[in-house]
Parts: sequence; structure tokens; C-alpha cells
Amino acid sequence: MLNVQCSMNFKFFPHTQDDLQAMMAKAGVKDLDGLYAQIPESIRFRGDYKLPSEMSEMEVRDVFAKLGSQNKQLTCFAGYGVYDHYTPSVIPQLLNRSEFLTSYTPYQAEISQGTLHYIFEYQSMMTELTGMDISNASMYDGTTAAAEGMMMAVAAGKKQNKVLVSAGMNPKTREVLDTYALHQGIELVTIPMKDGVTSKENLEALLAEGSVAGVMVQQPNVYGIVEDFTGFAEACHEQKALFIMDSVASDLAVLKTPGEWGADIAVGDGQSLGIPMLFGGPYVGYMCCTEKLIRKMPGRIVGMTKDNRDQRAFVLTLQAREQHIRRQKATSNICSNQSLMALFVTVYCSLMGKQGVKEAAELSYAGAHYLCDELKKTGKFQLVYDKPFFNEFFVKYDGDVDALYQRFIDAGFLGGVKFEDGLLFAVTEKRTKEEIDNLVKIAAL
Amino acid sequence: MNNRLYGNLIFELSKEGRKGYSLPKNNFGAYEIPASMKRAEEAQLPECDELTVVRHYTNLSNNNFGVDTGFYPLGSCTMKYNPKINEEMAAQPQFQNLHPQQPADTTKGALALVTLLEKSLCELTGLAHFTFKPYAGAHGELTGLMTIDNYHRSRGDKARKKVIVPDSAHGTNPASAAVCGLEIIEVKSLANGQVDLADLERLVELEGSSISAMMMTNPNTLGLFETRIPEIAKLIHECGGLMYYDGANLNPMLGACRPGDMGFDVMHINLHKTFSTPHGGGGPGAGPVGVREGLQEFFPVVSPYFGNFGVMMRAYAYILSLGREHVKEVGPLAVLNANYIKESLKDVYELPIDTVCCHEFVFDGLKDKSTGVTTMDVAKRLLDYGYHAPTIYFPLLFHESLMIEPTENESKETLDGFIAVMRQIAEEAKTNPDEVKSAPHTTPIGRVDDVLAAKHPVVTYRQLKAEA
Repeated sequence: MLNVQCSMNFKFFPHTQDDLQAMMAKAGVKDLDGLYAQIPESIRFRGDYKLPSEMSEMEVRDVFAKLGSQNKQLTCFAGYGVYDHYTPSVIPQLLNRSEFLTSYTPYQAEISQGTLHYIFEYQSMMTELTGMDISNASMYDGTTAAAEGMMMAVAAGKKQNKVLVSAGMNPKTREVLDTYALHQGIELVTIPMKDGVTSKENLEALLAEGSVAGVMVQQPNVYGIVEDFTGFAEACHEQKALFIMDSVASDLAVLKTPGEWGADIAVGDGQSLGIPMLFGGPYVGYMCCTEKLIRKMPGRIVGMTKDNRDQRAFVLTLQAREQHIRRQKATSNICSNQSLMALFVTVYCSLMGKQGVKEAAELSYAGAHYLCDELKKTGKFQLVYDKPFFNEFFVKYDGDVDALYQRFIDAGFLGGVKFEDGLLFAVTEKRTKEEIDNLVKIAAL
Repeated sequence: MNNRLYGNLIFELSKEGRKGYSLPKNNFGAYEIPASMKRAEEAQLPECDELTVVRHYTNLSNNNFGVDTGFYPLGSCTMKYNPKINEEMAAQPQFQNLHPQQPADTTKGALALVTLLEKSLCELTGLAHFTFKPYAGAHGELTGLMTIDNYHRSRGDKARKKVIVPDSAHGTNPASAAVCGLEIIEVKSLANGQVDLADLERLVELEGSSISAMMMTNPNTLGLFETRIPEIAKLIHECGGLMYYDGANLNPMLGACRPGDMGFDVMHINLHKTFSTPHGGGGPGAGPVGVREGLQEFFPVVSPYFGNFGVMMRAYAYILSLGREHVKEVGPLAVLNANYIKESLKDVYELPIDTVCCHEFVFDGLKDKSTGVTTMDVAKRLLDYGYHAPTIYFPLLFHESLMIEPTENESKETLDGFIAVMRQIAEEAKTNPDEVKSAPHTTPIGRVDDVLAAKHPVVTYRQLKAEA
């Protein structure tokens, strides 16, 4: 039973006894229970929730400290879509500005210029990295951005409902694509690999079968290999299919861009731009496209305009594309973005700047190639595919890979990701030469 | 707010050769990235020193309004206070550095937190299992509908492709159904805002074997409790459909009712609403989906890992802070606050349905329509007085909808201040309507030209420069 007495003395509830009496009188009820008089008694919850008793801040801290101590802290050599990059100390401090943190979607442009302004910067930065014309205001993560890219291609392709997906896509992304495709009635067809890269012959044969709305590839692919997509976009466009590229955002600081490869849609995860791994999220998905496709793009977009005082201003725009207007005609149900994480990568790109993103990428490249060489020198490892890679590579181990993996963990290392009987190692600018040498010592045992 | 002084884009503050970062030296030897791999032109990112970046974004934040800035009576969005302890907990390094592919025996603490949060949500909703994969409310809706679709498919019941939605539903509901490959049928509302049971009976009779689910929020988008929910659930279950609960309006139910007990089979929760995690200017949120026993095997894979784990940490810290004692006071106090505002303003604002509401309610604009002052004008004028605007022009049932939700965290003084300003605006609408129609006047920018933005989209700095 709810009584007046219980609603007291809690730090998040400001109601005093006098307040309660005055407010209930205004609301025309005798007690708080009276506010629910319309609810049938048969469905009222009258019990006590089986939850812990209220905790002070110190007790909450204690609970989290105990949970935290049960996680083993490992030096990370794993990637597979999630990378352990460096986070400049400025970023968390700015993200904690509560005017950013505790604000809603910037529908009221007059008091949301802060958010709108940084989203415009974010869009500009993502188009710079991808070499594309247009970016939306961000998506949940890389895998859902890929799913949205797939649906966008089908929506743009009218009656074509087939999407070809390279076998070089990360299986985690593929699983999400499969989920969306099943319910959307999209036919996903896998383009097989040849020697660790997407087979162009197979792509062309599949395209020739017709009704293909889109073709999706990943760069670098799941083995870390930087593929040569020469001729892919042309082959797609000949068959009126859109070419979709999924890339690791930070790699685009140096790699040939989706724009240069002729992609129509570029998607991927922005986590590699300094966002902590945090057991899987929050991250941020990006989605960019050519100017021609802007009205097919899902999600929010911020544009420049003027206010009635003739000042430059930013505002959510092209909303006729969005779910709250289109309702059941919508081709995406996205109604938010991942705003705060978009701010994260915006501040990251501002601090690192034109040179810093390149330098971090070069360090990651150098570290990964050094590790690969050192592992090969032990005589126990070899690259599964002898192809150019960036900061992630796939090796076979001449021995018991499970035992090796456990040895790494016992020594405090996350020694890559076990996958297809091999190990996929990733190196970022955070890994020192000493850490790599220590890892190799264990690998050589 | 000092927009004029700091209105530049970060790109406009850039100067070649400046840097705002420091990285260790490369001591790996000569590993040159081959030219064949490389992009032709550098990404034109800004070049700024650290202070310039810090000052730029700090000043941008000053052009924003958050819950910490002032009262945010935004209907259907539950802009409650975001406790600071939640942020501190989510920032713990023992969690920050966990790679999602780490073996389970190295992530015991994180996995325990997932289980503890799941148990808590089950207890609060009366459901049996949750999946944490969905990243947001809309993503949760989609996940829930996919779960239902998978359930029907598993039984070979392939014709069930229609979802009944009240005409007052959140716009996302029909969009989520469409993305799930389902078709929407709208059921009418009665004059009192509740589902028209006769119309529902008609639909069930007509479409029975093709009905996949009924999707509702309760209280509905007018803030009114659907009192006939047991009969609605019975109708849907009898024809073989499942009941989906849109958890956007769960807050007033804490301490009063559980969706599972009302007859719902599947639901999503917006952790960023009911469980106090910050909205972050539009994400990250989290939309975990709960189901009755037996439906958990039909959860789809809508994301790779545990969704927005950092958001889950915050929600769990909130539940621990409240404890069983205070979690049940959340609903009643939120409902009391809403009714207090409603009763204090209904003589000057049009209240189409005059009854006790739940956590929110809808006015249909000013009572005196002769002034020509619209809901948009009232909303913009509120900005001048330091309040965020309510949700406007939703639900679509009324022409001048003004939807107010105060949450349980606001004091009587805050509500009284808001009420006084709302009354003053009603007065201004009569005495000085132009002042209201041209509002806001005190914000860093005035009303923006939406048409210009859409007609001629400039969405990147590159385009902006090309314009100049």
C-alpha cells in the first residue's frame, strides 16, 4: 500500500510532507494510491519488488568495485572489429559537460546549437575520412550501419531485393545482416573468397544473374587483408547495383577511401577513433553516401541555415525521410543517432587532426608488422594468406592454439581472437615494443 | 550563452602546423605503408592546439540546454535527473578496457552485472528474460517484433503479418513494424483517448488468423491508463496474437503495475527514460527487450555483443541507489507532478480529456483560440523563460498538441515556477501576441529557416566552403 510517509527522505525526490498534501489537494486525491484509482485492482502490483534495499553512494561504489575486480585486465592484441586505441584525456572531460550529456535530441534548434553544431562538424569529418559527399548524424554501431546500408540499397533499387555480401565480412556483421534480411525479405548471397580476398570473377557471375540491389565488402577484410577493389564499383554500376564498403574508421586516415574505390555507400564503426572497448558499447556507426543518394539516407542529418536574425545556424533537416513522418512507409525505423559518441569522435578528430590520425595509423601499421615479423621468426607462426595487411593479421600456429591462448591470458595478454583454427592479432598505437616483445616470448615457448 | 563570440566551426579555427595530440615515437623500425594502399589526398581534418579544442567545445556546450540546466517537461521522453554516481560507475577502468571477445572467465564481473540487471528488470516488469542487444528504444521495438515474428514462423504460422496499433501510437511503432516486414492496422481511439474495444473486436474478427501482435503503450500517448487492458489482451491472445508493450511510458508504472501482469508477452524498456541514463543529445540509449518464459529462444541477433553495456552499468547503479523502497515511489510521484501541473493550468489551456492522468498529459493549445497564438509559439516563448519546450504536435489526435511530462525529480517550486510562466504566456497571448509569435528573443539564435535548410542542403564544411 502506498502511503504518504514512504515518499520522503530520498535524494532524488524533493517532495516534503507539506508539498505532498498541497499537491494531492490540487490533484483531487486523498492519497497517492488515489492517482491510480482507474487501474483495475486485478492488475495492480501490491507486493514488494524483490530487489536489494536502497544503497548509499559508498555502497554502490563497493558493489561496482567488487564486480570490477572479477574482470581480468589484459593487454589487448585483439581486434575483430573492436580496437584498443588511445583516448586523449580531453575527451571524457568534455563529454561529461552536462549540457551535452543531459540534453535531448536537438529538436528545439534555438537551445540546441551546441549539439547541432558538433553534429555538423562530425558529418564533415566523416565525409573527409571516407571521401564521400554526405554523412548522416551517426548510427548505433558499425553492424547496424551495415544493415541500414543494405536496406538503403534495396530501397533505392526498387524491385531488386538481392544483396551480395563478401565472405570477407566479419561474421558478427554478417549475423546482424542476416537478421534484418530475414524479416525484410532480402535475399543475401555470399561472394566467395579466393586466396583471402573477395573473388572478382564470382562477383561478376553473381551480378550477371540479375536483381542485385547492392554489393557489400569489408576493408580491411575479416583477415585484416587490405583488398584491391579495382573494377568492383564499375561492375556493380553496370548492373545498377550500389557498391557498399564497410571500413574501420581510423584506418581511413591513410587507406584508399571508399570514395576513391567508387563506393555509393560507406558504412562502418567509429569505435577505432579512440572510443573505449567497454565490453561492446556504446560505440558509434557511421554512414556516408554520394550526393545523389542523400534523400535515401536513413537517420538524422544536420544542415546549415539562417535564423530570423540573419545568423548562421544549424538544424535537423530533410526530415521527410524519417520514420516519425513516414510511419509505416518508412524504410528505416531509426529515430535517434548515437549523438554523444558522435561528439566523442568529433573531439578526437579535432585533437588528433590531419596529422595525428595519420600518425596513429602509421604506428599501428608498424607495430602490427613488427609483431608479425617477430612471430614468424619463432618458426611457429605463418600468415594464412600472404597478402598486404594493415594493423591486423591472421596466422596459423604450429601447435596447440588453445593452450597458447591460455598461456597468453595467464601472462596478462589477450592474444588476438581465435577464429577458423588460427589467431587474428591486432596492434594499435597503444602497444609498446616491450609489450610486443613479451608477447612474442610467450608465443615462442 | 555566447554563440556570437564562439560561433566558429572547428575547421575555421584550424591553422596548418598546429597539433593537439602527443603520441609515442615509432621505435619499430622502418615499416612504410605501401603507396598502393594509400589514399591520394589527406583527410582535411582541422589542425588545432589542445586549448583551442577545449574552449571550442566548452563554449558549444554553453549553447545547449540539458536536464542539469533547467526544467525539461518533454512529454513521452521522460527527461528525469541523471544521477552523477551512474557516470562514475560507468567510467570504471575495470570495465572500460574489456574487449567483447575476451573469454568468459576473464569477464566475470561484467557478465555478473548483466545477470543482475536482467533479474532486476524481470522483477520490475513481471517478465521472465531480457536481451540487452538492442541499442535504443526503436531498436528494441524492432527486436521485440522480430522475436514475435520468429515465434510465429517457428510454429509454421506464416500468415501472421499484421500488427494492430492504436491511432495514438508513437510514430516509431509503425516504422518498426514496416522494417520487420509487417503490416500495420490501426485501431481507433474513443473520445476518452482509450482503445475502442468494439473496433478492436471488429478487427480481430476480420483479421484474426493474420494478426501477429498488438503493439501498445500503457499508459497511452495521452498519458491515460488503458483500463480495459485485460480484455484487450484476452482478445488478442484468443486469436493467436501476442501482446507487445512499448516501454516508453513505463515510468508511471513503477510501484503500480507490471506489464507482465497486464497480459503483455514482449516489451522493450528505454533505459534512458525510466532508468535515468542520460539522453546524450540523442543517444546512446538502450532498449533491452523482455519476454515471457518460452519466448527467449526467439530473440534475434540485432547487434554483436551486449548492446550499449555502458548504459546498462548506469541503469544498474540507479536501481541500486533506489532500492526496493524507493523504486515504487517513482511512479506515484511522477504521476502526482503531472496531475498537479494539469490541474493548475487547465483553466487557460485546453484539456480535451479531463481526467486523472498518469505521468504526462496533453493540452490542445491555448483555451482562448482567438489570439492566433499557436502551440509552436507557446513552446518557443517558453525558451525565453529558461524552460525546455514540451513535446509539440504529438500525439496527432489533436491539432495543437502540447504534451507535458515533469518526472518525479522536480520540486513543487520548480513546477510552480513553470505554471506561473505558462499562465503568463497565456496572458501575453492576449495582450502582446506578437511578442509570443516572434519568440524566442533571448536565445543565442532566433527561429531558424527550416525550408532553406531542406531546399538547399549544406551538410558538410566542404559544401559550406564551396558556397562561400
